[in-house]
Amino acid sequence: MKKSKRASSVYLAAIFVILYAPIFYLVYYSFNSGGSMHGYEGFTLEYYGEVFRDTRLLIIVLNTVIIALLSSAISTILGVLGALAIRRVRSRRAQNSLLSMNNVLIVSPDVIIGASFLILFTMAGIKLGFTSVLLSHIAFSVPIVVLMVLPKLQEMSPSLLDAARDLGANGWQVLTRVVVPFIKPGIFAGFFMALTYSLDDFAVTFFVTGNGFSTLSVEIYSRARQGISLSINALSTLIFLFTVLVVLGYYWLNRRSAKRLGVGVPK
Amino acid sequence: MTNRARNVYLVPYLLWMALFIVIPIALIVYDSFFDVEGQFTLGNYGKFLTPIYLRMTASSIWYALLITVFSLLVAYPAAYALTRMKHKQLWLLLLILPSWVNLLLKVYAFLGIFGTYGFVNGVLETLGIGRHQILFTDFSFVFVSVYIFIPFMILPIYNALEDLSPSLVFAARDLGASAWTTFRRVVFPLTLDGVKAGCQAVFIPALSLFMITRLVAGNRVITLGTAIEQHFLVTQDWGMGAAIAVFLILAMVVIMIVTGKRQKGGAR
Repeated sequence: MKKSKRASSVYLAAIFVILYAPIFYLVYYSFNSGGSMHGYEGFTLEYYGEVFRDTRLLIIVLNTVIIALLSSAISTILGVLGALAIRRVRSRRAQNSLLSMNNVLIVSPDVIIGASFLILFTMAGIKLGFTSVLLSHIAFSVPIVVLMVLPKLQEMSPSLLDAARDLGANGWQVLTRVVVPFIKPGIFAGFFMALTYSLDDFAVTFFVTGNGFSTLSVEIYSRARQGISLSINALSTLIFLFTVLVVLGYYWLNRRSAKRLGVGVPK
Repeated sequence: MTNRARNVYLVPYLLWMALFIVIPIALIVYDSFFDVEGQFTLGNYGKFLTPIYLRMTASSIWYALLITVFSLLVAYPAAYALTRMKHKQLWLLLLILPSWVNLLLKVYAFLGIFGTYGFVNGVLETLGIGRHQILFTDFSFVFVSVYIFIPFMILPIYNALEDLSPSLVFAARDLGASAWTTFRRVVFPLTLDGVKAGCQAVFIPALSLFMITRLVAGNRVITLGTAIEQHFLVTQDWGMGAAIAVFLILAMVVIMIVTGKRQKGGAR
């Protein structure tokens, strides 16, 4: 029994090393003054300087962040409305079919989403660029928000709503004073997921981005296709640090709110 | 009921569904019946049934299968090991964290690791095997894809294993089943839903991701996704691209039905 426990730790540790090795490989060589991803010559911060001097790149980063924040905010609103709508539908069958429709965009391959949106925007006469990218990011984030909010809604006891109504709350008050505070963790989780999906997306954006507009993923792809350049390494190091910070921050927030809830609502 | 009449929330949600799910899929199907000049044709589907495209489809499915099987072989023991650790949540977080890092950056890292003077070739040389072309081969495509998909396979299997009541395992052992029999007859069947979910999460993207093939497999490997991207963005033959996309959608539906969860409680 003990032996197999040790075997499982060893195995996990091996997986762990394999999963992280490429990332640290990138980080390690981002400091290489030799200029390539082999033969470490000496320490330099030159490539980080390059990243920060590259105005085009900084504009692209800004674009990416704006798209991510806007699309996740709008898709959170739409997603919450969607979850409320699904919850209100009485028939079980209608609920299930709404949910399966909801999941279409989650399971669809990115190329399909990208290609079909490209056709859609071209037909609708929407110029490829900021608008088309923003619309597609909103579109593929909505179902994720719905999935994050819905379980919270289902957790909510109907007697809570009845009580609020009995005490004289109107529909709007019930929504803003009772429902929304209750499902807040779900809303935050949905917003956060939408944010990461948007920041991470490459394939869909690649299809609908057109010529003048670019996001970070698309830019990394076009640079990586030209071969190795250590400024990409420097950029990835920065992105990796940012990712770690965001994920840790999210978990910290989650735990804090869980603790607070634990005190407030005896279970 | 008054509730149903007042379900105003449904309006924006259904609007989103119509605009971004129903219409785009209809458009893809519609486009697949037109050639480059905008003439109605069934030629795209005819072309899809020629040996060139059929071979491409078969190899794409074969690669996706290989990737799924290898991911499963790596991920199942990992998920199992994970359930036995002390700080499960922390380990899980650590294993999932790399999947938050932008996929392109991880793929890009392999350009360096598998390169002619990269880490792997360095190791091979010190072992006396000598340098090999690793980048732009089908091996690099499968390896990098498996690397990318491992976390997506671990997560659903881990969840299924966590849901499994340990008393079932104890009961099987008490009744004299060996560790292997317990696994084969009790643990694996009860976690099959997780395995299916994981396979679904890996197989469909493996059919369609085009950036991995483009970056580390050169033109050696053409998947359905690469072909669609090629037709839409390079050769501008949208009709043909749409026809392949229709096939991919059909394949997806089949996979969803095969790996679909059994509905509990007879909801349907």
